[in-house]
Amino acid sequence: MSELTELYQEVILDHNRKPRNYGEMENFSGQADGYNPLCGDRIKVFLRLEGGQITDIKFQGTGCAISQASASLMTEALKGKSVDDSNRLFEDFRSLVTGNSPNATSKSLGKLMAFGGVSKYPVRVKCATLAWHTLKAALEDQGQCTTEK
Amino acid sequence: MTRLGSTPPSAQSANPSAGLNIDFIRSEFPVLARKIRGKQLVYLDNAASTQKPQQVIDAISNYYSQSHSNVHRGVHTLSQEATDLYEGARGRVGKFIGAQDTREIIFVRGATEAINLVAHSFVRPLLKPGDEIAISGLEHHSNIVPWQLLCEEKGSKLAVIPVTDNGEIDTQEMKKILARRPRILAINHVSNALGTVNPLREIVTAAHSEGVPVMVDGAQAMPHLAVDMQQLGCDFYCFSGHKMFGPTGIGVLYGRLDMLESLVPYQGGGDMILSVSFEGTIFNELPYRLEAGTPNIAGVVGLGAAVDYLTGIQMAEIQDYEDTLCSYALERIDAIPEVRIIGKARHRAGVVSFLVGDVHPHDVGTILDQKGIAVRAGHHCAQPVMERFGVPATVRASFAFYNTRQEVDTLCEALEDVTQYFN
Repeated sequence: MSELTELYQEVILDHNRKPRNYGEMENFSGQADGYNPLCGDRIKVFLRLEGGQITDIKFQGTGCAISQASASLMTEALKGKSVDDSNRLFEDFRSLVTGNSPNATSKSLGKLMAFGGVSKYPVRVKCATLAWHTLKAALEDQGQCTTEK
Repeated sequence: MTRLGSTPPSAQSANPSAGLNIDFIRSEFPVLARKIRGKQLVYLDNAASTQKPQQVIDAISNYYSQSHSNVHRGVHTLSQEATDLYEGARGRVGKFIGAQDTREIIFVRGATEAINLVAHSFVRPLLKPGDEIAISGLEHHSNIVPWQLLCEEKGSKLAVIPVTDNGEIDTQEMKKILARRPRILAINHVSNALGTVNPLREIVTAAHSEGVPVMVDGAQAMPHLAVDMQQLGCDFYCFSGHKMFGPTGIGVLYGRLDMLESLVPYQGGGDMILSVSFEGTIFNELPYRLEAGTPNIAGVVGLGAAVDYLTGIQMAEIQDYEDTLCSYALERIDAIPEVRIIGKARHRAGVVSFLVGDVHPHDVGTILDQKGIAVRAGHHCAQPVMERFGVPATVRASFAFYNTRQEVDTLCEALEDVTQYFN
């Protein structure tokens, strides 16, 4: 079960059980719906931006533990960050979960390092990145995105 | 041959039927000996695709090593051999499903292509704005989307027979839809998502009494049931080789001869013509008229070998064995407190679809994979079925005659671990 414990780390199980920053937001400055047509996972991300800073971020959604915990941990990591920082973090996170992780250090990723086990399960990479793709669309306020892009 | 009877006592106690020698049968499927992530493979994703016996693998390999050439055109020996193998398989497939004439067997890429063929060549020329096409709420996307495309093009409507809480089609509602005389009723024999076996005799009789032709998607029935076209009485029936222990990329459209005669060509090309000039073309006879281009000869040879394999075991034996195995699986899975089974049809084959507490099916699938158990987690290309039961996805364990009680036990132990893990 060791690879499995690595995939479903306690922090992931915890955020799946009790997602943080879950719910709707009024007066948002950006919003997007993310959908993974392969498995039906859905994530909605709301953002409030002030002067290039993410001052508030929330999500709603349904899906597997990886997708929901990823969304929850993403919102925790991004609150108060600049848009540039969030783009950099997405790149680092993507490198981590796809297994090419020259930049993936616990220094930059913090708790997001819990998703390191995903790289051993290639079909689950899209579960982990759905929230981030949706964030990107919300930053551009595109309204919707899918992992099939 | 030791697939039937002569089951050693140890296997008899472990397996639900003394009729099949499962240990021997398993030894004929090389992949079943594989280890996955260090564990013995437990393959329970047969509704997605079945594994292949050595006999099928050898038939394809021998064809390519010894007998390959193009069919229907050479004067040389190899071309004649390839043609004999190809047409011989057509004859055996026809016999296997009780066709009256070998011309009723059209080789296609799979059930999907067969449905598209019937949509294009039979229904499309008849369809007028306002006409209806009837399907059921239990269909795979392949038996929904071709009809939707056609409706969109012709301004016609899709009429969907509703599904009951048990996961069976509502035959009263079906009769109301049939009374409106849709141009065709397209329905599956066995549901890939829930395992429901539709009462085809009753359905075909009801449709024909209104003059409605019936196209049956039999992809999920072929590996489990003895299927006889004369007994079922449907106008068209289709299936895929890879879901019945044959190769991928080959399938069959059966059509009653008088129905097939009325079909306009599906694709144009070589083999489907008698003569071509720039002024016009004379089409070939059935079945060649509907098989344009060089066909998947190796696929047909492999499908023929799969049919021989199943004929050797006998579908009645397979049905007996699987009925006992699936009842056992249903009972054991249902006994796990956190598990909720989706679809409780009285007559079912091969499939148990379920949820494990609040755990998402993909997480269940990943944990089971870690234990060497292959199941499908998702919507099974039947999103309307998922929507009917208000779930985004299910875990689906699907069986074949090479599965055992011990494998069901391994699955259930793993499911109990899943509930502990996510508690």
